[in-house]
Order: sequence, then structure tokens, then C-alpha cells
Amino acid sequence: MTEPVVIRITVNGVEYEKSVEPRLLLSDFLRNDLGLTGTHVGCEHGVCGACTVLVNGESARSCLFLAVQLDGAQVETVEGLGTAHAMHPIQQAFHECHALQCGFCTPGMLITTVDLLKKFPEADDEQIREGLSGNLCRCTGYQNIVRAVRMAADELKAREVKEAAS
Amino acid sequence: MTDASLKAVDERQDGVAEELATRPKIIGARVKRTEDPRLLTGKGAYVDDRKVAGMLHVAFRRSDHSHALIKSIDVSAARQAAGVVAVLTAEDMSEINAVFATSRMRDYHTTPITALASKKVRYVGEPIVGVVAKSRYLAEDALELIEVEFEPLPVVIDPETACLPSAAVLHDDAGTNVLCFREFKTGDADAAIASAPIRVSGRFRFYRKTPVAMENRTYLAEYEVGRDELTLYTSSQVPGIIRDALSDALDMPGSQLRVIAPDVGGGFGGKASLYPEEIFVAVAARRLGCAVKWTSDRMEDLAATSQGFDQIVNAELALDANGNAVALKADVIGDVGAYSIYPWTAVIEPVQVVSFLPGPYKIANYLGRVRGVATSKPPTGPYRGVGRPTSTFVTERLMDMAAQRLGMDPVALRLRNMIQPDEFPHRIGSGIIWDQCAFTECLNAACDKVDYPTLRARQAQARAAGRWFGIGVACYAELTGIGSRISVAPGMPINTGTETAKITIDSTGAVTAAFGVTAMGQGLETTLAQVVAEHLGGRVKDIRVIQGDSAAVPNATGSYASRSAVLAGGAATLAAKEVKDKIIRAASHLLETGPEDLVVEDGKVSVVGTDRALTFRQLARAVYLEMRRIPADKREELASTKTYDPVFGTSATAAHLAVVEINPDTLEIKLERFVVAEDCGRLINPMIVDGQVHGGVAQGIGAALYEEVVYNDEGQNVTASLVDYIIPTATEIPPIEVVHIEAASLTTLGGFRGMGEGGTIGAPAAVANAVADAVAPLGIDILELPVSPERLFRLIENSKQHKDATHGHET
Ligand code: FES
Ligand code: FES
Repeated sequence: MTEPVVIRITVNGVEYEKSVEPRLLLSDFLRNDLGLTGTHVGCEHGVCGACTVLVNGESARSCLFLAVQLDGAQVETVEGLGTAHAMHPIQQAFHECHALQCGFCTPGMLITTVDLLKKFPEADDEQIREGLSGNLCRCTGYQNIVRAVRMAADELKAREVKEAAS
Repeated sequence: MTDASLKAVDERQDGVAEELATRPKIIGARVKRTEDPRLLTGKGAYVDDRKVAGMLHVAFRRSDHSHALIKSIDVSAARQAAGVVAVLTAEDMSEINAVFATSRMRDYHTTPITALASKKVRYVGEPIVGVVAKSRYLAEDALELIEVEFEPLPVVIDPETACLPSAAVLHDDAGTNVLCFREFKTGDADAAIASAPIRVSGRFRFYRKTPVAMENRTYLAEYEVGRDELTLYTSSQVPGIIRDALSDALDMPGSQLRVIAPDVGGGFGGKASLYPEEIFVAVAARRLGCAVKWTSDRMEDLAATSQGFDQIVNAELALDANGNAVALKADVIGDVGAYSIYPWTAVIEPVQVVSFLPGPYKIANYLGRVRGVATSKPPTGPYRGVGRPTSTFVTERLMDMAAQRLGMDPVALRLRNMIQPDEFPHRIGSGIIWDQCAFTECLNAACDKVDYPTLRARQAQARAAGRWFGIGVACYAELTGIGSRISVAPGMPINTGTETAKITIDSTGAVTAAFGVTAMGQGLETTLAQVVAEHLGGRVKDIRVIQGDSAAVPNATGSYASRSAVLAGGAATLAAKEVKDKIIRAASHLLETGPEDLVVEDGKVSVVGTDRALTFRQLARAVYLEMRRIPADKREELASTKTYDPVFGTSATAAHLAVVEINPDTLEIKLERFVVAEDCGRLINPMIVDGQVHGGVAQGIGAALYEEVVYNDEGQNVTASLVDYIIPTATEIPPIEVVHIEAASLTTLGGFRGMGEGGTIGAPAAVANAVADAVAPLGIDILELPVSPERLFRLIENSKQHKDATHGHET
């Protein structure tokens, strides 16, 4: 076993300096070392997307990264999106559309959606389905998730228009 | 059901129906879920999220042999490894009692369930040694240092050969691999078949699936040394059953043993049984005097979580020349895997297949035989639909094959054979009695939704243009919300027929409703709050629902078999009404007015036509805290505990309709449309019901087209990752159109019928029929699921060769 390494990492805007074993997965680091258990682990082999976070603004699977690789990086997790009392428009849309059942895939779906709508704010249903195809959900049959993403896209666009006007 | 008992439930039912008709309906509203905000913001509390001081972690050395004797285990090096606290084998746990899934059924053999394998392993992935260490990483490191010497025994993979006397036997005590045998007989199927003009038959194969809840199984046992108290946090659908089983295994009273299922990330039946790892963490925590956690990884989940739907069915349907079904005969072999799972037994799934084969049809003569056969694969257990995806697949394929033979439309053939609205209750050949079921209503509604005649015309055009376009329907009914007179698994001694609700208004006026059921995504916190709010006169948002905790009510089992809405909903109704009566009695005293002038609504009780009212908070203070407001002999605790038993239960029905188009070059099967017309009785929350249907159908589509657990000849699972075991993604599932019939059940309180599994029951058959319809011009039958492009390719090639060969003969 190799010696622990000190990394500096910013998660949801908070800077951390932590000593980690080189083999520690980013997903385990977030969940166990930082207590950010909103990021879920469904497969540990990069298929299910439950562990999706934003790394320097891009969606990434935290089970495929080692924490040490992220020295100096910016990470966003579901905890950084909104709170129960002030939900992010994407979270709100998931709530409105019943886009979650057990909620296990949900954090990954939300973060993937952030990235998807940033890149394709005008995405149609087919593009949304394509964009979500790396995230597995066993409960919902995806239909309400697709609806929620569309609703969130509309809401985000409306907000932009409003901001531009003011 | 006897007439008297039907009458009794009718009377009970009338009261409820009347009341519901006169009030604003919280039951029936699309209430947004109360569990969402925490789950959406990363604040859910799944077992693996829980962390306690000094917590240790477990990793298991599992068998890499399918069937072998364990000659020796050397753990000495592992015990010395960094961070390792304990290494335990079966020998170290000899004082723990084995658990047995028993059954009153004749010809059934049980098998012992233990935390770790001793002497023998019976499937690849069976736990042999548990390492307890300071972190999961260190526990896994130590696994490498364990030496196990095996003496391989013959692998038992094929269920048909496993039945033969020459096969190696997995359990010596049973003396056979046939763990159960059963026969259902009505009339004389053989004679009726022999004289029938139309006969269709096939050897149907439904290949093994696995539930794949997105949250892997995870268990954390916390131990309080001073009181010898153990609390198991488990990703389980059945914490009450686990509590009772552990009480036997560890010889501990329930007062020292509590089992909690907090937020659970999906279950689908895969979390409805007792698991060896669950026993292990409980034993290890007590032994080591600290908290012990195990979290499965996906590979372990695919190797060791209960699997399902693994059956071979040889079946024949006979009809008269007009298309009236006269007889059905089936011989079923269910591959049940290595152990008879607790508490459901190995019987549950195979027997359900023969029980439900006659489906919604009037078939006078029925003969169904079934054998549940042990093989050296992981045990099967309940998986969404349990047996009925297979029975529906077989019967509905036979119906389509018969329609084709008769040159009749498949919908018309079904309508002709279905039990008609005025023919209920109806007993089918296996003995199941359908109460009022909306068979024809559902099928007609599904057809209306797609404008069936126009759709058939479109198909004719597509076919003329050389396109492979198919339409498939499937109809079924399931028993739901069953009460104490019917076992969920035949002969199972555990009572699954009751549920208890305990509703309390405390001295702050807060309402708590505690249940023994467990949610694993189906939104019970919301739906049960709706039922309580409706009957209590409270507000949904003020009602705290407690579920998934063995300590919440004296006896509980959990959530399975589409029972929770019916049983917990019924108990909630009874308890809420009693608390409401108490509210009215107290308020009538406090407000000095007759009970008939009081209404309870929105969390307060008011005098009709005045502005005099008491909130629950004010009322509770007066009852509990303010001395002498109510005389001592009139003061009642604002609480009620009620148990509900639907006695027989009810049934839920649906018709599924799938439209597919197959690309003749790539053989990609694309679902164009999918319609479900369903009747789950009175809807509590249509939004949640729709979601359950969507999810169930998605799993059914997976079962029909993609999912298959494959074991090779050595008994190795060659689909042990989510790359190889393929579940549908957003691009494979079409929008699902849902039509609700909502025929309130007459036999359950509130008229709820229960649901949750149905989507998975109808979809495989509907998809199979649509695919078969699309390739019908090629002369191909679909008898095996999943019908992957690869399997379809082989069918097409075979039929070509067959045609060539026949052609060769003729010339
Ligand atoms: S846990 Fe990372 S992709 Fe599944
Ligand atoms: S909501 Fe359960 S896996 Fe998506």
C-alpha cells in the first residue's frame, strides 16, 4: 500500500484539504470522507450513472475517478444544487412530474440533466432520452424523467429570458 | 368465497363508499410526494449512508465453484492482515440456528439457510468466509489471503437433467433435486384435448432474470452491549419477517432486536427474502460488540441476490371449431436454484405459474403439473410478478397461436373466451377465484385507445410494403392484497394476511401513523398519509408516516405481493376512523355541542355553521395537558391501533397492447407504442399508480427483449456486470399510455385492489405477441424470452434452413 497523499479539492464551493490513500475512489471520498452521501454508488463499474457528479463543470462518474486525480479540481454534487426548501428548477421539475420513485438513481439523473441542459438547452425528447441513456433507473420507466427534463428546460429558458429583459 | 362473507364485506364496503362520496377527496388526488424533497436534495437516508463511530466493514470470500465440497479453509494469514478485526467461518458460528423455509405442502423439501456455507457450496458466489475489518478496502485486501480447498462435484445446471435419477443431488437430506411437486386438475383435460379439432402447443422457455434494484443490498447491525440490544438497518422490503427470523437464528427476544428499513433504493422482490449476509452482520456485531456493515457491490448483487422467472413450460391449448377454449394442459419445470428461500420457499414461483395459467379465460378442463428443481445457481425468489409473467406469456402466446390457426382476430378470440362481467365470481381450473374483474373492459379500453381496427389496417399496409410490423395484446389478472385465508406462498406458515396501523395524536397535536409495511420507492408515505388524512380529517402534509420499522407495530411483515395499499390502507382507514370518533367525543365535550354538529377537516374540528373550532393542537392540549377540561372518566387517549385482514383479498386486472416494428436488416425491435388499460380498484394517487405501471412495464420490456442471466456449463455466471446483464435505458422504453378502469373492489375496505407488479406481468407477453405477429409471415413462432436480436436471427436462419430442407424433399 502506498502512502497517503494530500489533495486540495473544492466541493460545492467549499475547499477541502485532505490526506487520501491513492487507491481511494472519488465516490468513496465524497461519501465517506466528506459525508456527502447524496452521491450514490450503483455499480462501481461506470455503467449505472448513479454516481455522476460535475468535475470542473463536466459530468463525470465518480466511481471511475481516484480522489488523488482531482487535486485542484472543482466538484459539484447533488448537495450543491438546491435545498428541500429552495429546490433547483431541475429538482422542482422532478418533484412536479413524479420523476423519482426510490430516489437512488435521482442524484445522478439530476447532475446529468444539469450538464445536458447546459449543452443542449433546446433538447427535444429524443435528445433528452439519448442524453440520459448513460443513467439507469429501474423504477420509473424513464417517462416521467423525460417529462421533468423538458419541464426544467422550459423553466430555465424562461428564467433566462426574464433575466435578459431585466 | 362464501356468500355470507361476500355479504359481510359488501356491508362494510357500503359504509366506506358512502362516506367517500360525501367528502372532498384526498383519496384519488394527484398529491405530490412527501418523500421527494429529501430524496431530491441528497438527504435521503439509505442504509449505506449511515455511519456510526467504530463501525467495521465486511467483505465475503465467496465460492468460485458451482458445486463442490469444502475440504479445508485457511484463514490464518487473513487474521494477521492490516486492519482485520475478525475472520469468521461457518465453524465459528455453530451456535447460530439455521433458518428453514417451511411449508405444509406435501412433497416439499426444505433446505437450511445459514450465514456461511459449511462443508459444501452450491452456487458460484455463495459466501464462505466473512472478513471484518476497519474499512471495506482492508477487508477486501484480506480476502486475497484466504485459502479454500475445494473438491469439485458435478455441476447441476440444466433443470431438466437435474430431475433425472442419475443427476448429482445438491441436498443430501432432500435426497432429490425436485424440491416440490404439485398438480392442479379440473375436468379431464386429456380427453378434451384428444377430441378437440383445434390444438396448439409449444415448449415455452422464460430465461432467468434478476431484479437489479439500483441500490445494492446493504446491511448495518448496531449493537448496544449494555442492554444486549441489536438494531439491524437493512435494505429490505420485509423488516418484520427479518426480525422474526433473526430472533430464531440468534435466540433473542424481539424486545432486544429491532429491524429497520430506512430509505430503500428499489426492491422488486429481490429484497423480500432473508439473506445469509443479513444473518452474518447481525451475528458479527453481537460477537464483536460494535457496529458492522456490509454493502454489496454490483458483481455480488448479480451473483447472490435472488433471481427469478426461470421456467420451462410444455403447454397445449385445445379449442372447438368456433374458437371456444375447452382444455389447457401444462407441465412446468421451475429452476429454483440452490436453496429454498426464506420465507417464501422454492415453491412460490413455480406453483404460481401453474396456478395462474388459465388466466382470465373460461377453460372447463385444466391439468397443470409443476416441479421446482434445485440447480447449482443462486436461489430464485420473488421477482416483480412472480410466476405470472411466465404464465401470462404462455397462455397469451397460445391464444395468439390459436387465433392464427382459426383465422380469427386475436382480440375477438380473447373476448369470446374471457369470463364475462356477469359471470363473477368465477373459479378457474387451478382453484383460484376471481372476484369481479374487469377483463373485457380492460381489453376493450386498450383497443379503443389505439383505434384497433385502424391499427390493423395500418399493419396490412406496412406488411404489403414489406415491413415487419406487429401488434400484440396480453390480458391477465393477479391476486392482490390477499388476506389470512390464502398464503402468499402455498403452505407457508407465516401469516401474510394482516396489517396493522397505529395512529396517534400526541400532546402537541401532531399526527403519527405507524405501519408494518415498507416502502422501497412506491411512495407509501404519501399514499398512506392520504388515506389517513381522508378518514381522520387531517392534512396530508401534517401526517408523519412511519413504516419499515419492526418496532412500529407488534407484528408486521412488509411490502410484497401488491398488498400494501389494500392491507395498510384498510388498517389506516379503521384506525383513522376510530381516532376521529375520539376527536369528536372530546370536542363535543369541550365545545359543548352534540357530535352531530361537529366536522373534522383540515386538522381541526369545528361546529357546523359557526366559527367555533379547535385545531388538533388545541384539542390535544385540552385532552392531555390542561387539567380538568375533560373529566377523568371521559378522557381518552387520541390513538388507535387497528389490524385489517381482507380475509380473501381481491384481484387486479389489465390488458397490455404493444406495437412493434422490426428492422429486417439489423433485427432491432423497436416499440412504437405501448398501452396499458388497468384496474387496480379505487385509486389513492393516480400519479403514483401511473409511475408504478411505467416502471413495471419497463421491467417487462427488459424481460421480453434484453435481460437474461446466463450460466455456462461450469456454473459460472457470464452476465455478472451491468455491461452483460442489460437492463433498458431511456432510449429503449417508449412512452407508456395508461388507461384506468377503476372498478372499486367489493371485497376490500376502501375498494383498493392493489398494484405494483402488474406492469411486469403483462408486458413480456404483449411484446412477445407483437414480435411474433411481426414475423408471422416468415412462419416463426416466439416461444422463448428474451427474444434478443441474436435469438431472432437464429430463429430466422433455422426457419430458412427448414424451408430449404422441405423444399429439397419436394423436388
Ligand atoms: S456507480 Fe459509478 S457508474 Fe455506477
Ligand atoms: S427512482 Fe429508483 S432507480 Fe430511479
